[in-house]
Amino acid sequence: MDFEPSDEPVALKILIAGGFGVGKTTLVGAISEIRPLRTEEVLSDRGIGIDDTDGVEGKTTTTVAMDFGRITIREGLVVYLFGTPGQERFWFMWDELSYGALGAVVLADTRRLTDCFPSIDYFEQRGTPFIVAVNCFDDADQYDVEEVRSALDLDPDVPVLMCDVRRRASAKTVLVTLVEHSLRVLTASQA
Amino acid sequence: MTRWMDEEAGPVVRPYALIGGRTRSSGDALDLVAMVTATGGTPSGGFVPGPEQERILTLVTTATSVADIASELDLPLGVVRVLLGDLQDHGLISIGRASASERILKEVINGLRAL
Repeated sequence: MDFEPSDEPVALKILIAGGFGVGKTTLVGAISEIRPLRTEEVLSDRGIGIDDTDGVEGKTTTTVAMDFGRITIREGLVVYLFGTPGQERFWFMWDELSYGALGAVVLADTRRLTDCFPSIDYFEQRGTPFIVAVNCFDDADQYDVEEVRSALDLDPDVPVLMCDVRRRASAKTVLVTLVEHSLRVLTASQA
Repeated sequence: MTRWMDEEAGPVVRPYALIGGRTRSSGDALDLVAMVTATGGTPSGGFVPGPEQERILTLVTTATSVADIASELDLPLGVVRVLLGDLQDHGLISIGRASASERILKEVINGLRAL
């Protein structure tokens, strides 16, 4: 897997996870070209009471709209950013999104730190390399990196950093930190 | 060719191969970032691409990801997968999924820094 002919196009997938309203879409928009995507998913009983299927009882699929970001590094090398759906009833999409992913950014908000627990559990279990980026909201109490690491009970090798996802430079640092971490994980697995 | 085993066995042909089969393709789901490229070949078995498939073939004369195809055509991902499955079965497209090497990741890091 170390050899790629120079003409073979490579597309990499990075996931942006975290609780609802933590800034996933803002992060993707700050650094990449946003494109719309429609997915059609099977309605499960988890949608009962949520999806109004009155009059369309035969309807077994529903359309889920999502965005993704695209960063062209060069011709034939593209990085895709996919936000993982925040709502619990879209968990079924996570497996598909995380398949073959280079890594994940778990966005955290110190006012609602528990919101990112499910994402962290998920990536730990799947063995997907991830970092935690704390989005610093203006009205939130400021904590340092070690306080967050300890509150989240993270392994020492998981990078944690503070960020402001509205700023392009900050979003860039977040992605670079993730890819560097994925590179370390890859190198360690080959050693 | 609509051949069926008994009801429990389900359809022998995959759903997308059935006429009008706009359902989820079972099994080998295409990765969102798998790269699709037209082979430029002649369709096998007298297959005639439909209008959406013609649009896909035009789009993938240069390698294009599954996600980009769905976005570009404004079609749901599930439908695009069905259309792509047909095209692949008839040898009109090839689908690649190159994995990330150390060299590629270093290139990405430098590329991101330079944004």
